[in-house]
Order: sequence, then C-alpha cells, then structure tokens
Amino acid sequence: MIYADNAATTQMSQKAMEAMLPCMQTVWGNPSSLYAFGQKAAEALADAREKVATCLNAADPGEIYFTSGGSEADNQAILSVAQNGAKQGKKHIISTAFEHHAVLHTLQKLAREGFEIELLPVHEKGMITPEQVVAAIRKDTALVTAMYANNEIGSILPIGEIGAVCRERGVLFHTDAVQAAGHLPLDVQRENIDLLSLSGHKFHGPKGVGVLYAKKGVPLMNLIEGGAQERGKRAGTENVPAIVGMAAALSEAVANMAADTQKLLAMRGRLIAGLAKIPHSALNGDSDRRLPGNVSFCFEGIEGESLLLLLDDRGICASSGSACTSGSLDPSHVLLAIGRPHEVAHGSLRLSLGADNTEEDVDKILAAVPEVVTYLRSISPLWKDKLNGKRPFLLPE
Amino acid sequence: MALYSEKVMDHFRHPRNVGTIEDADGIGEVGNAKCGDIMKIYLKIKDERVEDVKFETFGCGSAIASSSMATEMIKGKPLTEVLTLTNKAVTEALDGLPTHKLHCSVLAEQAIQAAVKDYQAKNKAVG
Repeated sequence: MIYADNAATTQMSQKAMEAMLPCMQTVWGNPSSLYAFGQKAAEALADAREKVATCLNAADPGEIYFTSGGSEADNQAILSVAQNGAKQGKKHIISTAFEHHAVLHTLQKLAREGFEIELLPVHEKGMITPEQVVAAIRKDTALVTAMYANNEIGSILPIGEIGAVCRERGVLFHTDAVQAAGHLPLDVQRENIDLLSLSGHKFHGPKGVGVLYAKKGVPLMNLIEGGAQERGKRAGTENVPAIVGMAAALSEAVANMAADTQKLLAMRGRLIAGLAKIPHSALNGDSDRRLPGNVSFCFEGIEGESLLLLLDDRGICASSGSACTSGSLDPSHVLLAIGRPHEVAHGSLRLSLGADNTEEDVDKILAAVPEVVTYLRSISPLWKDKLNGKRPFLLPE
Repeated sequence: MALYSEKVMDHFRHPRNVGTIEDADGIGEVGNAKCGDIMKIYLKIKDERVEDVKFETFGCGSAIASSSMATEMIKGKPLTEVLTLTNKAVTEALDGLPTHKLHCSVLAEQAIQAAVKDYQAKNKAVG
C-alpha cells in the first residue's frame, strides 16, 4: 500500500508508541491523585507539557492546554476570545475563506449570535497578505484567526507578518496550525501568536488529542465544566498516554524536520512536475509557499471519487475535494475559494506525503494517476463534449 | 464496512455497456457538470425493444455503477417495460447504495427515460 494521505492522518511513530506504553502499564495513576503513584503520572504530564512548549517556543509550559484534538482547540480559542471581546463591545472577527470547518463552523455559530464575521478572500494561490488584515482590522475587532497552512492545497500563510500587524494593533491572533505543527518551524513568540491549535495525529502521534496554546493573559472560557484539570480550563481526567505520545511524536518530528523536509521537497517536486504533464490539469495552491508534503491537482472532465476508488484499487490512498467525497452537494469550499469552478473542483486530487514515502512510491503514483485520469475521461460525456468543442475547456492544456 | 457493496464495486470496476452508439435511435443526457454528475444513454431500438444500449458517465463510483447496472437491466427489454424501470429497482439490483448516493440511481432512471422519450419523439416526427 502507498499511503499518500498524511494530511488526513499519519501512522504512529515507534517512539510515540514506546512513550505511551508505560503510561498504560506502570504509570497509569490519575495525575490529580495526591499519592506518589498518581504524582508519577502528573510528572509524565508535566514532562509532555514542557516538550510541547519547547517545540512551539512558548514562554511557559503553563501556556499549553491539552485538548481532545485540533477541533476542540479551535473552538475553545475562538469562543473564548469572542466571549471576552463581546464584554468590551468587540464583536468583529476576521478570518479567511478557506479555514478548516472547525474554525468556519465555529465562526458561523458566532455569526448567528450577532458577531460580524469577515472572511478575507484568499485569491487564486490560496494566500492572504498582512495588508488585507490591516485593512480589515477595526476598533471593534476582537480576533484575527488564520490558518498556518491549508489542509487541502497546502499553501502557507505569512503568519509571522500577520501576527506582527495584529500585535501592533492590539488585536488577538489565533492560528489553526494543525497542518503545520511538526512539519514547519513554529515559534509563537517570534511570530506574535496569541493562540494556536494543533492535533496529535497529524505528526505521527495518537488520535483524539491536541493542544491549545494560549499566551499568558489571554482569557480562556471552558467548553467542558468539571474538575480543575488544565488549570481549571479543561475539565476531565487527562488522557495521559495520548498526551505523552503526542509530545514524543512532536519532539521527534521537530528534531527530524530539516531532513524530512528535504526528502519531501524532492518527492513533491517530481510529483508536481509529473502530474502537470496531464493535459488540462492544474496545480492548486502556491508552487513554492506550500507544505513540503502537499500535492493538490484538479483534472478537468473527471470526478474525484471515481479517481480515488481506482487509485485505491492500485494500492494508493489519497483524497479529493469533490462533492461526493465531502458528503455534501458542493465540492470543497477551499477549491471554490481559490476560484476553481464547481466542475473543475469535482475533479480534484490531494496527495499528502510523509517522510516514510519513497521515490518508488512517487514512480508508482506517477504511473497510476495519468492512466486512471485517461480512463475516466474516456467514459466521460463531459470530456467528450470538450474535445468536440461543445463545451469550453476550463483549464489550459 | 465498505462504503459500497461488492456489486457496486464490480459494476464500477468493470462497467457493462460503456461507450457510444453512432447511429443511436434515442439519446438521453441528464445531470450537470456543476453538480459533478452527467449520464448519457444511447439506445438502439428494434421492434420496440432495446436491441443495444451504451452509456457514458461523468461522476462518482455509484454514478458509474448505477449507469452500468441500469443498462444491463434494460438490454433486450420491450420499451413498455423499460419505461417502468425505477431507481429503486436499480438500487436493489446493486445491493443498495449509501443514502447520500441514491440520487445516482435516480439519474440512471432519468437518463433512460430521456433516451426512450427522445426515440419516441424522433419516431413520431418521422412517422
């Protein structure tokens, strides 16, 4: 099997699993318990918190809050700032048109509650500029939330620059760094990030665990009420094995980042060059400012789900932003946000490589994708109409 | 559990009656590119029976499988019977479809109806 869907989830690393086992076999006490056995678990938790703080260059491990994943962290970050902003009469929130649904749906909920949500357009490359943010900031802006890197098309936003303009203007800044953590160097202090979300399973850690970084002094509200865990901001006995596994995976990913990136860039380059040879195809996102493992294409005249199923038959795991794979009638909001027409967006393919992929995997993908695209086009009446000139081609040859 | 039944996957992987009929007696096309589904059915009619049928589909796995199954179900059948083909029958023949994919079987039914109507309209004009 060739696994090329690392943006969906990743295989757990050996080190992460090894770090988790003792938390289940020997150090399985409750970190809130007073006795020494419980306190051993508390120590494991503190160690994990320090590791994560180091990876993000947080000023204090007390700024790290463990959550059930990226979605919870996004929800807590946005709802906290919104609630606090509303108390000061600030009900304007700036974000981007291609955020993850964990952000977009939280913002839609706030819109229904009377907040004004402004989604910045992301242009054809899937990018926003600090100037756009500056122009959008108002006196009543409570929050700017912009993803670090896009999960579908891989484009990397200028987070440091956006953080700087927000800090200068006294506006809180949150970034959903789920796709970036463990893959791009993050520095919450240098990049002026007030709140950041990440998810353990995107960098070879376990599923169901994530982090909310909240700079000291940023008030958090509880999504879950109960005990005093996570300094009273996230009730519920901590998932110690998962947290410890996530911290180990993140440390490992950060340590290996330079070497992994180099390897990924070489494979990504070959894939993009090879797939671009398919007529009437187009790369989605920026060619340079993109996640090292992300390859996203649209192929005209075909539908993405059929493409994925036939690639699956050839042992290749990938994903698509077509309506049939999104579970709704519309194709991916990300592809629509960068201006792809519906018809083209249905024919999308995302390959997200990990450091475990090989050049041989790339060869096999480059052999399989053109073959499958050609076959699906051969049975597509839409493609035939384009060849006959009855319908226009929407992507250049 | 897999998303699709074995039968759906079989018809998707090995679609029956794919292609076109150059001198088709009736052609039906339904769906649209924006929604990501287009089905086109070609019929060759002899003595008010479907002598041959071919299809082309732009769409997801269940759209291709539904087209394939529907063409199998009408091949050789009298038009009176073809017109009674329902999406429910196509779905059942495929051992079911996920709820959000039922519209694919509806498209197959509509494409066939449209092709028969096209034939009848042409025939009337000639007659």
